[in-house]
Amino acid sequence: MNKLKRNVELLQGNEACVKGAILSGVRFFAGYPITPSSEIAEGMARLLPQIGGKFVQMEDEIASIAAVIGASIAGFKSLTATSGPGFSLKQENLGFAIISEIPCVIVNAQRGGPSTGLPTKPSQGDMMQARWGTHGDHSIIALAPSTVNEVLTLTIKAVNFSEKYRTPVILLLDEVIAHMREKVEIPAPEEVEVINRKKPTVPPEEYFPFKPDQNGIPPMANFGEGYRYHITGLIHNQKGLPTSNPQEIDSFIRRINNKIQENVKDIIIYEKYFLDDAKIALIACGSVARAAERTVKLAREEGLKVGLLKLLTIWPFPSEEVNRLAQQVDLIIVPEMNLGQMVLEVERASRGNCEVVSYSRVDGELINPIEILGKIQEEIKK
Amino acid sequence: MANLKELSKKKVLLTGGHRLCAGCGASIVVRQILSSLDDPVVVGNATGCLEVATTIYPYTSWNSSFIHNAFENVAATISGAEAMFRSLKKQGKIDKEIKFVAFGGDGGTYDIGIQSLSGALERGHNFVYVCYDNEAYMNTGIQRSSATPRGAWTTTTPAGKVIPGKTQYRKDLTAIIAAHNIPYVAQASIWRWNDLVEKARKAFYTEGPAFLNVLSPCHRGWRFNMKDTIEIAKLAVQTNFWPLYEVENGVWKLNYKPKERKPIREWMEAQGRYKHLFRPENEHIIKEIQEEIDKKWEKLLVICGEK
Repeated sequence: MNKLKRNVELLQGNEACVKGAILSGVRFFAGYPITPSSEIAEGMARLLPQIGGKFVQMEDEIASIAAVIGASIAGFKSLTATSGPGFSLKQENLGFAIISEIPCVIVNAQRGGPSTGLPTKPSQGDMMQARWGTHGDHSIIALAPSTVNEVLTLTIKAVNFSEKYRTPVILLLDEVIAHMREKVEIPAPEEVEVINRKKPTVPPEEYFPFKPDQNGIPPMANFGEGYRYHITGLIHNQKGLPTSNPQEIDSFIRRINNKIQENVKDIIIYEKYFLDDAKIALIACGSVARAAERTVKLAREEGLKVGLLKLLTIWPFPSEEVNRLAQQVDLIIVPEMNLGQMVLEVERASRGNCEVVSYSRVDGELINPIEILGKIQEEIKK
Repeated sequence: MANLKELSKKKVLLTGGHRLCAGCGASIVVRQILSSLDDPVVVGNATGCLEVATTIYPYTSWNSSFIHNAFENVAATISGAEAMFRSLKKQGKIDKEIKFVAFGGDGGTYDIGIQSLSGALERGHNFVYVCYDNEAYMNTGIQRSSATPRGAWTTTTPAGKVIPGKTQYRKDLTAIIAAHNIPYVAQASIWRWNDLVEKARKAFYTEGPAFLNVLSPCHRGWRFNMKDTIEIAKLAVQTNFWPLYEVENGVWKLNYKPKERKPIREWMEAQGRYKHLFRPENEHIIKEIQEEIDKKWEKLLVICGEK
């Protein structure tokens, strides 16, 4: 292991995202400047040309994700980065990437919204937009790191999931995670698990670009490899041609949803802190999870049996795990930097097995450990 | 033409105390343009330095109605306001004159906002669109735009071993706007304040859409001493990098012809964003940029009937 070229660096969250993307094989970035994600574009502009990759600054947010889709179908692992206003503009093409099953990663460094909102302040206001921002029935994968090191590891995961499941993946940062600096252990390239899209094994004349394999995911030929390939935003049959056959439509919509829903065990990532004997559980993600972790320590010092479920995968939502937890504890508190978005999923998943309480903050300030502790004490007194 | 003394007596619509950088070109652009007005004005502002720095909570520098919409929407938002005003006027519910102006930087105008700008011009709304062109996304930290000139360093066109700054020439937006065949289009400079104020007046008091493109030197992004803003604006005109002209009802007219055009090197030498071009291996780029400027100037002379 000593021979591996592993570096420890002090990195900003956005810089760690760049490193993770490159380690996972991303060689194309198209983007548009927007606070607080611009450092990802800047880092990509500097590094990609040096390693045979391509950086393109586009004329707007819509163009950025469209170019990423184009580059991905040409065989490059592709990523774009933005924040709330840009994420809103990208929703149309996000849906296109879902229906045409084109792997790509969209980083959303969340800031306060709606609209221009609070460009330099953190928020978790896009949890539901990540899930339902684009129209129509679809599943989505969204990951949310809470440390700079996790930005690196989850960026790699995001790229891998997108390749494995032929789907866009969203990486939800927030302004604090994007801009703060922490120690990051950068793995040696040979240590990194890199997943590449499955290629067709049949000759071009036998290839159906949207015919699923046994896992529900069609092997993907890239443009220029000799396979005839028709891609459209219309609902299509296995050949990729538009269809209005109800059976084909039904099986297509169910397949693109099921390929994610049936693999939740692989996709869902979380961490548990002091949950074994907990009677009160916190469920948090992103920068709020950092505060919640500290709250657990403070509460334990006071003899309160509090634990934390830190979610790294937000979508698909870890319903089973939350349901198990709800059967164990008396109370779940969900602190989040929005008016209560994730708490809705927690309520649904806990199915009345315990009390679920929201703790929300929307003033552009971080939630701190003391106020979560205060909320716990307040709930105990009730 | 008003003289400086008269202009100084006009109501100040963009007041002091805003937080644009000392030496910023944008506030000079806005103040000179608004000083040409005799009527009340509705100001629309795309996202950018101007919007952010003039409206920092809980203050505003705007002595007028003001609306900021997200980055790409200013021309469309003003379109709606102007259309409703025109309707109310037609219905006899408003009798006074109100002017409409939209301000956008080059990012909000050349790039993300060009669709809504083009639509508003084609529909013929009676408004003035002003681009304060500082040649990059300065508000987010100096990323290239399609107005960034060839060779310039930005954070997304970093000068190094692989590329020598931006590799493409800038988009000729003024000509693109002129191709919309609107009543009035002009390119102007804060250095020639009398020319700019006159153009602004024409723009406001011409029926139909009008467009002004004004170079707005940015010392943070261009890397020059903040006291030299007007000097840099002046050199841009004297080198023919930023020619002053207007297109009035389809007729092109040159407004300034330097006695002897200065070499573009002089303008570039004054700015840190070009310093890598002065290395021997990049010198040819300066030569090519000079040739391009001269070629475009010759074309402009022909269009303007000077040749």
